[in-house]
This record gives sequence, structure tokens and C-alpha cells, in this order.
Amino acid sequence: MALVEATNTTMQFGGLKAVNDVSMHIDEGEIVALIGPNGAGKTTFFNMLTGIYKPTSGKLTFAGGSVSGKKPNEICRMGIARTFQNIRLFSNMTTLENVMVGRHTRSKAGPLQAVLRTRGFKREEAATVAEALKRLQFVGLADKANELAKNLPYGAQRRLEIARALATEPKLLLLDEPAAGMNPQESADLTRLIGRIRASGVTVLLIEHDMKVVMDIADRIYVLDFGELIAEGKPEEIQKDPKVIVAYLGMGAEAMLAQA
Amino acid sequence: MAGSKMDIRTNVQSKGWSRGKIAFAIFLGVLVVFAPVLLQGFQTMSFFVRVLGIIGIYVLLALGLNIVVGYAGLLDLGYVAFYAMGAYAAVILGEKFVTAVQMISNVGLRDFLVSSQFIVMLPVAAIIAALTGLALGTPVLRLRGDYLAIVTLGFGEIIRILATNDFLGLTKGAYGMMAPVAQPLGLSQLQLLPVAIPAIGFNFIFSVNLYWYYIVVLLIVLAVFVVRRLDNSRLGRAWVAMREDEVAASSVGVNIMTSKLWAFALGALWGGLAGVVFANAQGFVSPESFTFMESVFIVTMVVLGGMGSIPGVIVGAALIAGIPEMIRGVAQSPLLAGVIDPTLASAISGYRYLVFGLLMVIMMAVRPQGMIPSTRRAQELHPEDEKVLEEEDQSLWDLKHGADRSEHDL
Ligand SMILES: Nc1ncnc2c1ncn2[C@@H]1O[C@H](COP(=O)(O)OP(=O)(O)O)[C@@H](O)[C@H]1O
Ligand SMILES: [Mg+2]
Repeated sequence: MALVEATNTTMQFGGLKAVNDVSMHIDEGEIVALIGPNGAGKTTFFNMLTGIYKPTSGKLTFAGGSVSGKKPNEICRMGIARTFQNIRLFSNMTTLENVMVGRHTRSKAGPLQAVLRTRGFKREEAATVAEALKRLQFVGLADKANELAKNLPYGAQRRLEIARALATEPKLLLLDEPAAGMNPQESADLTRLIGRIRASGVTVLLIEHDMKVVMDIADRIYVLDFGELIAEGKPEEIQKDPKVIVAYLGMGAEAMLAQA
Repeated sequence: MAGSKMDIRTNVQSKGWSRGKIAFAIFLGVLVVFAPVLLQGFQTMSFFVRVLGIIGIYVLLALGLNIVVGYAGLLDLGYVAFYAMGAYAAVILGEKFVTAVQMISNVGLRDFLVSSQFIVMLPVAAIIAALTGLALGTPVLRLRGDYLAIVTLGFGEIIRILATNDFLGLTKGAYGMMAPVAQPLGLSQLQLLPVAIPAIGFNFIFSVNLYWYYIVVLLIVLAVFVVRRLDNSRLGRAWVAMREDEVAASSVGVNIMTSKLWAFALGALWGGLAGVVFANAQGFVSPESFTFMESVFIVTMVVLGGMGSIPGVIVGAALIAGIPEMIRGVAQSPLLAGVIDPTLASAISGYRYLVFGLLMVIMMAVRPQGMIPSTRRAQELHPEDEKVLEEEDQSLWDLKHGADRSEHDL
């Protein structure tokens, strides 16, 4: 059974169908890329899958349970975590604190325990720090633990967002343009990081414009254009698909797709 | 740093205490405990003890509201409602409690229970206020920013108007009600120890005012203790995260509604406790103590002092509650007899609205983070590129509320 199953999902904003009758599936352990020109509806799809938008119609399930109508925090609990296209960190919290917030669903001490500083509270708090540090080490930010998130360089902020998402212990990680604004060295590192994430047992759905990253790492690719799914397949199939090339025309498409 | 164990801080505010800071804290503690004794001992100064008690009540209120405004970032303009709930609960239920224990035949036990009625009422009123916070919060916390402020403002007024109209025959309307007993637990024993040094005109008796002053100080210490621990916990982190970015916070699993409700209830609780002390110290409650202006004052204390900063809020409350009371107190005290006309002095203290309004405007322009800002807030109030995120929030917000916008970006 597929981990994610979207059946004829549509998201309508007024007269605009940002996502139009899209069906797709993601299997456990896959790295799937979602590509398409700007405004194609990729982020909107993420927002439906994470409960920020409720699909206008269609079915959206994760691990067998329905996603639509659930709140973002409930979906996080089900096992989906994400990053944002425009980085959304808690900018005045430290790097470590950001990741500690990511442990929210994995801890439960209430205010009374916090005030009494019970043994359970202290144990949980120590575990939260330890787990958060583990995630920081994983993305290579452990030495920046005490720095404010907003003072980190751009690439580090992207990695911190990934660490925060991983701290929720997701089954599925959604990455929205993680390589945006990165130099080739950084995006190569990112590609390796995504590989390690998959190796740790997390399924990945990736929105990315950097075709090198996509072609290097994706098992399968879905292509959206004007809200509609126009192609699906392995990287080498997508690269040759005439519909995809047309969709990317005007963006220097062939060059872009050939890059990889 | 190579080799050495890295110093991990889990909170930007948790820095160690320097020696100077410890010395200052001890000095402050001694001052808080003993200064009122001195003031009480000199007849001309004894009114200050009462003023300090009033200031203490506002400090408690400001610490409570700070949970809502400072930590959770919710603007509550009706905080006085919880204060009123606590005060009325203390009087109404306190009376019932006293009547009930009158049936006890053992005189010693009966007197003990009667004099400790306010202690029994403290948790009762705290719970009532917290539950009121939940009841109000559940429908209105979905609202944001200005909408929330307006609804809470309305709620504060509703509570006051209900009290004015003798709601369910409970509150005796505009006339107000007397608090149950005058003599609180242990006061008569404390009064058995007078200290007099006639040579310098020192004549100390443990007064009712001093008694309530110490009760308030104990509650303030408790509040600071509790709030600090909350701040440094799972819930405290959720509050900061939510204040910084609700979308991101909920996407990592923070239940926004629950976190806000906790803030509301835990903030309301201190309002309730302050209400109990107020009702008993004053011996009387009436609706006019719970006007909208009171709420505004408490918000001002938090904002001027420094949102989210415990020392800031305490200083803010002390100044804003203290200055007018001092002016009034000094004017009416024997200190200035013949120098200034008491009615004139009262009129001067009446200008406090003007002064605080002006102060507020100036502060917001030059120092929006408050007098003693919290480490985090000081950073937040120097925004760099937060405009993008605000626009996003707006588009999400519009979407949920049916507004049609074609521009967006998430
Ligand atoms: N909240 C919204 N309100 C109105 N229109 C929206 C909203 N969110 C997205 N859209 C529209 O949906 C389309 C797809 O946007 P998006 O999913 O962000 O594209 P992508 O991520 O593929 O670049 C765009 O035309 C965008 O303007
Ligand atoms: Mg996008």
C-alpha cells in the first residue's frame, strides 16, 4: 500500500484551480520529486497534504488515514513533516531551541510537571535536548546550537528547518525547494543529506527547481503545470518527455533539463 | 572549543547569575522584607505600607497578564475580568464558607477556620478565574490581534456590568459588598509583639496593611517562581514558537488552540489570586474597581516594563501603580500638612492618564521593547525581513475566511 495516496485532489481559490484533479502516490522509502514551473501548484499540494489548506475535492490519505480536514499539528502527529519555500524558522530562538520545538509531539510534560520540576519532567527535558542535538549533528549544525536562528547563514537555515522537521520523527518529509539560493557545493551537500534521510527510513517528497539535485536523487518525478499533472516517470523519462519540455519552454527549458 | 564540552543553553534567557547580581538580589530581598517594617514604625510614613500593598497587587496582576501578552503574544484588554472574578468569588464564597463553619461547636477550630477563610479562597478563586479564562478563551482565541483585543475588552465590560446589575442576586449591584472577616489568620498573634523606641519616635505594631503586604509579596514570589519554570518548559517553548510563527509552530505539532488556552487560563489564575487579596485587604468590593481603565493600566505596565520580562513587568507595575498612589498618599499624609492642599494633590494624580498616555507614545517610539526588555523580545522588536511572512499569514488568514485574494506566496 502506498504511503501517500492522492485521488483526484483539487484545490480551488476563487476561479483558479491551483491544483486540478491530481492523483499521485508515494511509496514507502521512495524519494519522489514534484516539479513544474512557478505557480504550477506544487506548494499548494504541500499545503493540502499538511493541513494548511483543505482540498476542495478529492481524497488525500496518508498511511491509510484521511488527511483532509485535519489540522497541521494533527497531521504532524500522523507522521508528516515539512519545510517551507520561504524559510519559516522561529528566528529569535536558538538553533537548538528550534529543534526542541520540533520535539513537541514526542514529549508530553504539562505545566504542572514543569512547575514542580518532577523527575519525569527533567528526564523528558534532557531527552528533548539530546534528541534535538542528534538532529543538529545529523544536518551538521551541532556547533551552532546556541546561535539565534536568524543569525545563521542562509544554507544553514535551510538545514536547520530540515533538522526541526526531522525532530518530529516523521515517516514522510516534504521539502519545498530546499536548494533554492544554494551554491553548487551546498546543493551537492544537500543531495547527500537527502540521501541520508532516506537511508534513515524516511520517505521524501521534494519540490525542487535545481534539476541537478532532482535528477541525481529522485526515484520518480511528477510534473505539474497550471495545476494539472502532465507527466510522471523516472528521471530519464521525464528529461525526454516532450510535454515537460513544452511546459518549461520560455524558461530556457531544454538547457535546464539537460543540465543534469 | 575543541575537546571541551560545549555549553548547551536551552533558553536564550538562561545565563548564569554573576556575583553582583546575587548581591543585588539579596539587597532587594532585605529591602522588600524590612523596609515596610521601618515605614510602619514611623507614624508619618505608615501610609506607605498600604501603598506598597496596592503596588504589590498590581505587580501580581501584571505578572499574570504577562503570561498572556508577553509569552503567548495575545492582546487581552479585559484582564480585569479575572481580577473581578477572584474578588467577587472571595467575598461571595468566603461568606458562605464562614457561615458554614459557624456550625462547628469547637470554638478554637471555628475561629481558626474563620480567620483562614481567605487562604481557603485563594485556590478556589484561582480555579474559578482559570476556568473563566478557559470559558472565554474557547470561543474567542480563534480571533487574531485586534479582533481578540476587542472581544476581550467587551468581556471585561460584561463582567463589570453584570456585577453592577446585581447578577443573579449575588453581587449587590453598584453598592458593592463587604468582605467576610476583618481579622485574618495570625494577625492578632503578630500584634502581640509591638516594638517601640520612643527616643526616635519609632512605634511598630503589626498592622493589617503590613499583613496584606506580606501576603502579596509571598504570592509575587510564587508567581515569579511558577512563571520562570513555565517559560523554560515544553509549553513555554510552544508559546514562543507560536508567537514567532503560528504556521510553522503548528506544522511541527504545536496545537495552537491548546497553547493559547493554557496561556489564558494560567494568566487568569493570577488575576483571581490578586482579586482575593484585594477584596480582603480592602474589606470591600464594588464594580468600580474593575473598569476598563484598570485593564488598560495593567497592559501598560506589561508593555512599558517589557513584555515577557519578569523584572521589567515588576518595575513597570511598581512605577505605574506606585507613582499616582505615592502622590496621593504623600499629599494626604501628615508629611506635607500645610505645604500642599490634599485636594490639589489628588487632582494632580488625576492627570496620570495624560502622563501615562504620553509615556506610552514616547516609549513605543523610542524603546518598544520596554524598560527592561526580555532578551528575546528585544530581538523580536527589531524586525528585518518579517514583512514577507506577515503577508503570507495574511493570505492564509484571508483564505480561511473566504476573502478572495489572488496574490499569495507560501
Ligand atoms: N492562498 C491562496 N490564495 C489564492 N491563490 C493562491 C493561494 N495559494 C496559491 N494560490 C495560487 O495557486 C497557484 C499555485 O501556487 P503555488 O502552489 O504556490 O505554486 P508553486 O509552488 O508551484 O510555484 C498560483 O497561481 C497561486 O497564485
Ligand atoms: Mg512553491
